[in-house]
Parts: sequence; C-alpha cells; structure tokens
Amino acid sequence: MSLKHKTYIRKKIVVTFFLCSTVFLLLCGRLVYLMVVRSEHYSEAARQLHERERKIKAARGRIIDSTGAVLADNRTVCTISVIHNQITDPEEVIKVLSSELGLSEEYVAKRVEKYSAIERIKSNVDKATGDKIREYDLDGVKVDEDYKRYYPYETLASKVLGFTGGDNQGIIGLEVIYEEYLKGKEGTILTVTDAKGVEIAEAGEERIEPENGNDLHISLDINIQSYATQLAMQAMETKQADSVSILVMNPQNGEILAMVNVPEFNLNEPYTLPEGTAEPASQEEKQNLLNRMWRNGCINDTYEPGSTFKIITAAAGLESGAVTVNDQFSCPGYVMVEDRRIRCHKISGHGAENFVQGTMNSCNPVFVTVGMRIGVDRYYDYFRQFGLLSKTGVDLPGEAGTIMHKKDNIGAVELATISFGQSFQITPIQLATTVSSIVNGGRRVTPHFGVKVVDSEGNLKETLQYGVRENIVSAETSETMRYILEQVVENGSGKNGYVEGYRIGGKTATSQTLPRGSGRYISSFLGFAPADNPQVLAVAIINNPQGVYYGGQIAAPIVRQLFENILPYLEGIDYNT
Amino acid sequence: MAGIRAELRAGQRMQSRIRAKRKQEENFFDYSMLFIVLFLLGFGLVMIYSTSSYSAVMQHEGDSAYFLKKQAMATVIGLFAMIVVANIPYHFWERFATLAYIGSAALIPMVLVPGLKYSANGATRWIKVGPLTIQPAEVAKLGMIIFLASLVCRMGRGIRTTKGFFTVLCVPLPICLMIWKITNNLSSAIIVFGIAALMLFVSSPEYKKFIIMGASGIIGVVVLVILIKNISASEEMGFRFARILAWMDPEAYASGKGFQTLQALYAIGSGGILGKGLGQSRQKLGFLPEAQNDMIFSIICEELGLFGGIAVILMFLLLIWRFMVIANNASDLFGALLVVGVMGHVAIQVILNIAVVTNTIPNTGISLPFISYGGSAVLFLLIEIGLVLSVARGIRLKDM
Repeated sequence: MSLKHKTYIRKKIVVTFFLCSTVFLLLCGRLVYLMVVRSEHYSEAARQLHERERKIKAARGRIIDSTGAVLADNRTVCTISVIHNQITDPEEVIKVLSSELGLSEEYVAKRVEKYSAIERIKSNVDKATGDKIREYDLDGVKVDEDYKRYYPYETLASKVLGFTGGDNQGIIGLEVIYEEYLKGKEGTILTVTDAKGVEIAEAGEERIEPENGNDLHISLDINIQSYATQLAMQAMETKQADSVSILVMNPQNGEILAMVNVPEFNLNEPYTLPEGTAEPASQEEKQNLLNRMWRNGCINDTYEPGSTFKIITAAAGLESGAVTVNDQFSCPGYVMVEDRRIRCHKISGHGAENFVQGTMNSCNPVFVTVGMRIGVDRYYDYFRQFGLLSKTGVDLPGEAGTIMHKKDNIGAVELATISFGQSFQITPIQLATTVSSIVNGGRRVTPHFGVKVVDSEGNLKETLQYGVRENIVSAETSETMRYILEQVVENGSGKNGYVEGYRIGGKTATSQTLPRGSGRYISSFLGFAPADNPQVLAVAIINNPQGVYYGGQIAAPIVRQLFENILPYLEGIDYNT
Repeated sequence: MAGIRAELRAGQRMQSRIRAKRKQEENFFDYSMLFIVLFLLGFGLVMIYSTSSYSAVMQHEGDSAYFLKKQAMATVIGLFAMIVVANIPYHFWERFATLAYIGSAALIPMVLVPGLKYSANGATRWIKVGPLTIQPAEVAKLGMIIFLASLVCRMGRGIRTTKGFFTVLCVPLPICLMIWKITNNLSSAIIVFGIAALMLFVSSPEYKKFIIMGASGIIGVVVLVILIKNISASEEMGFRFARILAWMDPEAYASGKGFQTLQALYAIGSGGILGKGLGQSRQKLGFLPEAQNDMIFSIICEELGLFGGIAVILMFLLLIWRFMVIANNASDLFGALLVVGVMGHVAIQVILNIAVVTNTIPNTGISLPFISYGGSAVLFLLIEIGLVLSVARGIRLKDM
C-alpha cells in the first residue's frame, strides 16, 4: 500500500498547505491592520494605561509692597508618604516617622502595613523636619516638597491681600484678582507604572518643569499701613467702636497706600474665628461668620456718607453755577422743604454766612438750598458725571455699588437729604475716589493697588494701566474746592485735622445709621494734603463709637496723627527720588 | 610490513567512512525541520523569560527565571523524548493505535479523581503523576493522530464510501465531547476535531463533501453570530454570550470578558512596525493576564513589532512546508497520515492562537506551539516532531 498509488493524497496535502498559507496570509494582514493602521489608537490607549501623572506645584508669585517688603510669600512644606512595596525595614520606618512627625506608632504602623500604591502619612510638614527624614534615607519613604502660602505680617492688610485655599488658589482680596498673574503653571512628572501602580524605575520619568508665578508689586506702603493700623486699633479700643477703617490714597493717580479695616484677621489662619467667638452651631453659620470676618469695609460695605458728601454737592453747585463762594446764606437752625422742617446740627442756627463759611460750619440749610438750586435733573447728571453711579473699578473683588434713589423718585425732600449726604449709601472707596477727582483738578482716577507684574527672574512683565476720565469738574471748580476744604480745616469744623506746617484740606461727617434714633453713629473725616496740590488723601471711618461721636472730634484727630507722621515720610521719599 | 598494515588499516577506515556516507545518503534526515523546531523552542524560551520574569519576581520570591527554568526542564525532557521517538521506526506505534484511543479516552476523566487531579488558574485540566503534570487533552491529540492514521490504513478503499467517511468523522466525537465537558476545555476539543477533520480530508478523495461542510459551517457561524447579536439586547442573554459580544466590541466589555483581548490588542497595537525592543514590553507588567502563556504572541508583537510577528508566522509556515514535503514523500500511507495529523495540530493551533490574540475570533484559551509556556504541551509536541522525524528517516533519498 504505497503512497505512490494514491496521488490524490499528495494533492490534498498540497491543498492543505496552501489553505494554511492563505489563512496565515490573512492573519498577517490582520497584524498589519492592527500594528500600522490602528497602532496610534492602541499606543495612546496603552500609554494612558501605563503612565501615571504626578503634579509638581508651581511657586505662587509673591506680593510685594512699594518699599520692597514681601507681604505674601511661599514656604516650602513637605508631604511624607510611604510606598508599601519599596519598604525594606518597616520597623525602622515606623519608629523614625512616628518620632520625627510626633505621631503615634499605631497610626504610622497602620499606614506602613497597608498594601497600597502610595500612602500619605502627613502633609504640611516643616521643611526642616522633611529634610531630616530624608537624611535617614529609608527605602519606601517619600518626601515630596510643596509650597504653602505664607504671610509674614500675618494680620497686616489682611482684607486687602486675601489668602489662598488648598490648591493655592486665591480666595479673597488681591490673591483673587491677580490669580492669573500669581498662580504660575503646574509641572508634571510622568512615570511608567505596572498594573499595580508601582513605578518602574528603569523606565525613567519625563519631567515638565513648573513655571513659577509672577510677583505682583502693589502701591501699598507697609509703613503707612502699619501706622494706620495702629491708629485704627487705638481708636477702636478707646471708642469701643465696632470697626474702624482707614483708607489712604494718592488722589493724583489712584494708588492706594493703605487700607485698614480693623479688626483684621490672621492670614496664616484664615479659618480661625476671632477669639471669644461662640462655637458656631452649624457649618453654614461658621461660613457666615468667616465671611463677615473677611469683609473689607472700605469696599464691600456701603454707608450714608453724611457731611463729607457736602464736598460733592459743593462741587456740583460751583460747577453748575448754582452757587458762588460769595453767595450769602442765612441759617435759622432749620430749613423748610415742602412741609418738612430739616434741622441744622446747630439748633440756634449759624445766622448770616457766605458759602465758604457755610461749608466750614457744615451748615445743612446752606447745602439744602444749593441742592434745590441745582435741581434734581442737573444734580443727577453731576452724580453720574462724578462717577458715583458706577463702581470705582478698584482691583479688589466684591466692590459694592452705590445705593441711590431712582431719579423719578427724587422729590424735594429726597434732594434736600441727598445734598447733605443722607438717604443714600456709597462705599468709602467711592467717596475717596470722587473727592480725589474733585480736588485733583477734575480727573476721575481708578483706585488701585496693582502697579506692576514682575516674573520670577525679576524681568518686568507688565506695568498695570488704569483708566482716567478727564474733566469731571473744571480746574477752577477744583481749585475753589481745595480752597474751601482748606478753610474747613484751618478755621472750621475740621480744625482737629490740622497739622502744623502743612496745608491740609478736609471735611468731617457724623451720620446716624439706620434706623434713626438707634443711637448708632458713623463718624468720619476725609483729609488731604498739601491742600494746594494734594498728594495724599485719607479717610477715617469709625463705626458705632461710644461716648463722643462727632467726626470732627474723634475721626479728624486720627487723620491728623496719620498726616503728622506720613507727610514728612512721604516728602522724604520724594526728596530721594 | 608495518607500512603495509598501516596502509590496510587506513584503507579500511576509508571504506567504512564511505559506507557511512552512503547510508546517510540513502536515508533522509530533515535537518531543516529540526532546525526550525529548535529555533522556535529557543525563541520561545527567550520570550517566556521576557514575558514572565516580572510577574515571576512578584509571585515566586524574586526568582525571575522561575517560569523559564520550568519550561527549559520540560523542553529538555521533550527533546530527549523526541530523539527516542525519532529513532524508533514509526510502524512500531501502529499496534498501539487502539490503545492510544482508549488510553486517551480513559485519561480524561482522571482529572476528576482526587489525588490525581491538579488545578491551576481555576481550571481542572491536569493530572499529576509524581513531579509531572500532564494535560490529558495533549495526550488525546497525539492519540487521535496515531489512531486515525492506523484506522484509515486499515479501512483501505473503505474510506471512499459514505459509511467510511462518517466513521472517521464520528470517531473523534466522544473524545472531543469528554474534553469539552469534563475538562471544560472547548478549544482543545475543537483542535482534536480539527486534526481528525484534516486527516479525513487528506485521506478521502472527496472535495464536494468538504466544500459543502465548510460552506455550511461558515454560514452556520455567521447566522449564529447575527442571532446572538440580536438576542443579546436583553440582559440575561447578553451575559450568556458575553464572550461573543466582547469579541465584537472588546472596548465595551473592557472590564469583563473583553479585558484580556483588549490588553492583547494594546500590546500588539503599541508595538508598531519595529516594536519596543526585546524586553521592553509594558503590557507584560501585570496588565496582560497569561502574558507568557496563551497571549505570548501579543508580547512578541509589542517587543519585536510587525516584523517580529510576521517572522514568527513565517517560521511556522516553513515548518508546515517541511511537514508537507515529508508527508508527500513518506514511504507509506501510515507515515504520511501521521505527518498530516501533526501538521494539522500545529497549523490549527498556530492559526487559532494568532486569531485569538488579534481578536479575529472570540477569545478561547489556545497556546502557541513551541513558544507558549506549558510543560505538557511542549513535551507532546516534541514527541510528535519525533514521529515526523521517524517518518522522514523512512524516506529513501532516491524516492525524493
């Protein structure tokens, strides 16, 4: 039975071979499809499966004041973690970590013995402690460095600077507004891992270096801010006031030199409520208390400005021609508006007085008369022209708008009360900015802190620009206003704001808070110097003082003391430059 | 005198050398096939070390060569068995044909016997005899080849009748059913049946029946797949046919039945044309289950690229070509059919394995001959190669 006689078998074997070859060829085709056409798709999918991304935090830019003091800085902190698979001497690891980090051995042991890719032991560890742990050179112990925001002056300008959250992002203040400049760009470490997430050392790692954030230089002056804070604290204590705000700015360009809102809070512990606060009942209540603590009164809160607002009425009156400096008035102690009798603060009346004397006396009937002469339409137009209806555009978050009557609702009584600064509300920053514009020759400036942005290598990246609106009032009106306001301090109600050897302009205010008759007052004083060419303007506002509450008696001295100290200091700076 | 004696001795030596040479020339030894097999074995060991060293360190106390050592041991035993079998004239085995059939049938239920059974990876497919673990399915493949070769020879012209045709077709069925149901190993059952079908195809002069069988088989599979696709809209049915559904869209079943296939595709696809380089696979780092076993071809592709993958396929094609040459020149039908059986075994397993790892067919556990990790597989494959070498030795050179 030789194979020779069965030739069909030979044929069939050959057929089988070719069948197999065909199938092999098809499989090769399939391989070509998978490894050439679909290669990119599967490579990408595999890459995502194999690579782990670790973030490297970028250092956040610093905030630096005009004297070069660093107000917001970064501190290096360490995160200590263990990698189970790499630990060779668990007992030693537990002993060292628990003693160095001040943790219980059980706590550390639980984490060391846990089978996981990486287990965090403690974060926010001092760099010194982190370095010490690194020196032990223990297998499987990782010390990762991280940045934490740090505010060297703790409470100084807390509500201005703001603080950052867990991801180093700004929460309030300048930290929020300049987030884009400050935050920098995170870097990444790409590592290859096996299926359990263990890094493959031989595969190496790909590093994308982080880009550090830019430094923000601000106009705030640490010396002025510190001194103003001291004065505010003093006033708050002696007058047992709820809060005291002091705002110091350059009326020529809108740069803010100091912004104090006491009580301030510690920026390094922004979530700690002030001492003596009762433990809040709920998380929501705690958040409310925190929000109140973080509020920046100069910007976030509005108040009835009272007599300081007479500056605006005077400017509108002079600008419109409704009044001149020599116009004569007579104050019987009250003024009748429709059927309402509006009293002057001097019940016996100021008698005969001209406009300048009326301002020096802060005489309500004079300003009611001027307001009436201007009329609702024109007054409202000036209101808008002076920028009072819009926000100042200050570079801090949450600026409150002006709370004003609708034009249609302004009758004679409303107009009369607006004329001496009541029945509507503005923010302190709005008042300071509007008065700045009136006394600086009529240029509406934008109040601001941010001056320039400098990158981490020290190269200037951007000089920040702010809008200026010209001709809010004429130069003559501005000059007249400076003269009148200087008279107020020289010989009028603001004489407590006088600083020997300097020409000071200013205006006092005492306003009763709503509801009337509550016995709560806001005393304030706005002063600027030199009166003929204002370089610095300060507003002091005392909220709910006890005892004497007249602005001329308690707020003016604050500004006087401030000016006594900072005017020589500011001149000194000028001489040097 | 001394000179003459020395001359004589030299002459004798020369003569014996010529005689030895003549003997060599008379009988054929297929060195090319042996070389291919040795190459595949060596390559397989390299790839087993590459694919398994990482997981071996993890699982076996840092012994990166754990799997390599076991496989090298099985290979050495296998090569020894191959040499022995190659030196035994293959007709010796003909008398054990029936015993091979009954023996392999009897061996399969042994996997259920306590004390003998041996489980791994949740499957009970092995029996343990002393230090050796043997997979009865592997024995059955060899047994089926020997039994069918001898059966067809005994049938003579009977193979041409319908009765003979169906006899040969039905003979492997009990074994296949047992492998499928008892050891829960559908893929081995398919291979045993495939070997039988191929031997039948070669030994029968028919074409029509096979074409009809093949065509109806293909149509049946297509209809079944479409049916499954449609019924499995419902949850319960979807679970039952998850393997088929995962084959159609592995990415939709990435965490279940499609996981291994998808990981294999990641490995193959990320290899690209030139591969990541030997030892550079990422998928073997625990991502791809059974990387050194059924899925080894995907790691070959990942590390050695499209060129490596096609080179391996070409090596197998060469091997099958050598089988064809030997079968066609075998001195008798029994020898030819033995070689055809081995050829079928290797070809079917290579095709199914590569089709599985490339997700051309639904996932089923089939190892790649000579390369995949697995002791009894390589042992029995080498015994089969020994048989083929024995058949090759029977070829007289003048017949070629």
